[in-house]
Amino acid sequence: MGPFRLETLTSRDVRDRLERLELPFNQYGMDPFGISKKHLGVFYSMLEVFYKNYFRVKCFGIDNVPERGGAMLVGNHSGGLPVDGGMVLASLFFGRDLPRHATGMVEKFAGNWPFVSEWFSRVGQLPGLPEHALRLLQDGRLLMIFPEGARGTGKLFKDRYRLVQFGTGFMRIALQTGAPIVPFAFIGGEEALPTIYHAKTLAKIVGAPYWPVPPYLVPFPLPLGCEIHYGKPMHFPGTGREPDEVIEGYVEQVKSVVELLVLRGCALHRQRTDGTFAQEPEDSSSGSSSAAPASTSGPTDPDSEP
Amino acid sequence: MKILITGINGAHARMVALRLRARGDEILGIDRRPWPDAPEGVHVFQTDVRKRPAADVFRQHRPDVVIHMATITHFTASAEERLRINLHGTRLVFEYCHEFGVKQAVFVGRHTIYGAAPDAPLYRTEEEPPLAVSTFPELADLVAADLFAAAALWRWPGLKTAVLRMVYMLGPTHRGTLASFLAGPRVPMILGFDPLYHFMHDEDGVEAIVRAVDHQLNGIYNVAGPPPVPLSTLARGTGRQPIPIPEPLFKYSAGRFGLPYLPPGAVAHIKHPIVVDATAFRRATNFEHKHDAHAVMVSFRES
Repeated sequence: MGPFRLETLTSRDVRDRLERLELPFNQYGMDPFGISKKHLGVFYSMLEVFYKNYFRVKCFGIDNVPERGGAMLVGNHSGGLPVDGGMVLASLFFGRDLPRHATGMVEKFAGNWPFVSEWFSRVGQLPGLPEHALRLLQDGRLLMIFPEGARGTGKLFKDRYRLVQFGTGFMRIALQTGAPIVPFAFIGGEEALPTIYHAKTLAKIVGAPYWPVPPYLVPFPLPLGCEIHYGKPMHFPGTGREPDEVIEGYVEQVKSVVELLVLRGCALHRQRTDGTFAQEPEDSSSGSSSAAPASTSGPTDPDSEP
Repeated sequence: MKILITGINGAHARMVALRLRARGDEILGIDRRPWPDAPEGVHVFQTDVRKRPAADVFRQHRPDVVIHMATITHFTASAEERLRINLHGTRLVFEYCHEFGVKQAVFVGRHTIYGAAPDAPLYRTEEEPPLAVSTFPELADLVAADLFAAAALWRWPGLKTAVLRMVYMLGPTHRGTLASFLAGPRVPMILGFDPLYHFMHDEDGVEAIVRAVDHQLNGIYNVAGPPPVPLSTLARGTGRQPIPIPEPLFKYSAGRFGLPYLPPGAVAHIKHPIVVDATAFRRATNFEHKHDAHAVMVSFRES
């Protein structure tokens, strides 16, 4: 028996999509940021199962994400573990013919965890540093940002879908690079992994900011349906050198759009769980405003045939 | 042009000397080690840069350019010895440059001074602080030498000073820090970590140093060749076997079982990447590397 090869864990669809992915891989299948084609294959094959079968994710408004060029995806954290991030990555990879890969801005503690650190860097999930964000956007990449940070995934079930404070760093970088901000809402994660308690000692031992404890004790999400709603890209004028109050005002605008998307998403989610789910409601808000929140295209059902 | 190279007997310094000599420059060299078959036009003074005869080389021969390569990274030398050579040696060389009318000083430093840490960015720019003082304390003397050399930029503005922070040089010479790390058949890794390693071919490194002279660079520049590759790829690409070792056991394995000796501070540099942004250097000198990562690894493996 020959040595085990990671490629054997890659599904056919993922393999095809990887070929269409516009990343500058070298002869070792590595891009300059250390992203490995081989690792991406395994990563997306795993996400595919969760995206299509486990969470049965429905994605709305994927066309709001630019097909090329730098952009920031900014959304809410939903659920005790960052599975929302994984599903957003999957939606960008599987949701359209031309797959895109987004780089998540990861909490710094992950860099010290064996295997997690290695895998995150091979699948392009880098420590959330302004230097990384700037460089990636200048390189025309997609960034996935959860401005709530660990405060977002760490919220308890009683506070579900209530956005906590947004960090403001992302806005300065968006202004500096001229990158559009694509707001999104992730719905369903809070029910899939409801956190009722934080095990502080355990968190301290493993070096994590919190350790979520659901009613069934094991912090693993339940196989419940989830949705992602992408809103229209937002553009803000400026250079990134504006005073804090200007930046905070912009961030509030993004936050309120995400809130709106969450609200609409929750209503739709209820329909889905009640079995009355039909179609994404018509977009009532106007589409041309620089801060228009709603998604316009219909659901991209990952299960349906193209 | 009269060019003085300190530490001329190092493998890379010799290559620089021969390149410059071949195109007609007059080469002077200072080294503690002899170079018995030095070619014509290369005058080697066998002395220590910290000793009085070294000052006399500057005084009598008045070089136009000094390329300072008399620094060491190998940890077989004691900390005191390293500090004497790397920091005090650098200090004296720069003082002589100022005192004896040298027009340009090129300090050949290392990118490792940026230090490896889980929360450090990829692609460090020249503005980044040298974290190695805390992540790899054994490199403190090199950090100090780099900063001291850079201080010449404001201390003696009349002296053009190029501080080159070069990624690892690797190739047929089998010399240098990375070559020592890869010398044995097995390469230690920390289990669960596979950082990017940034390296360039010996010849590309030499070319970069020559270009720094040609363009009379004045400033601090990162110097790099092809994009980095993971340590596991580097190990396999050079025909070595990567051996992942759980971090708590790492200190017991260093120097044993055919693995290289490494000081405790090296752990961070085997866990996390140090990758530099060399855009400024490329822009200033039009430097393009000739050997990609694959070619570098093959040349190391097959020579």
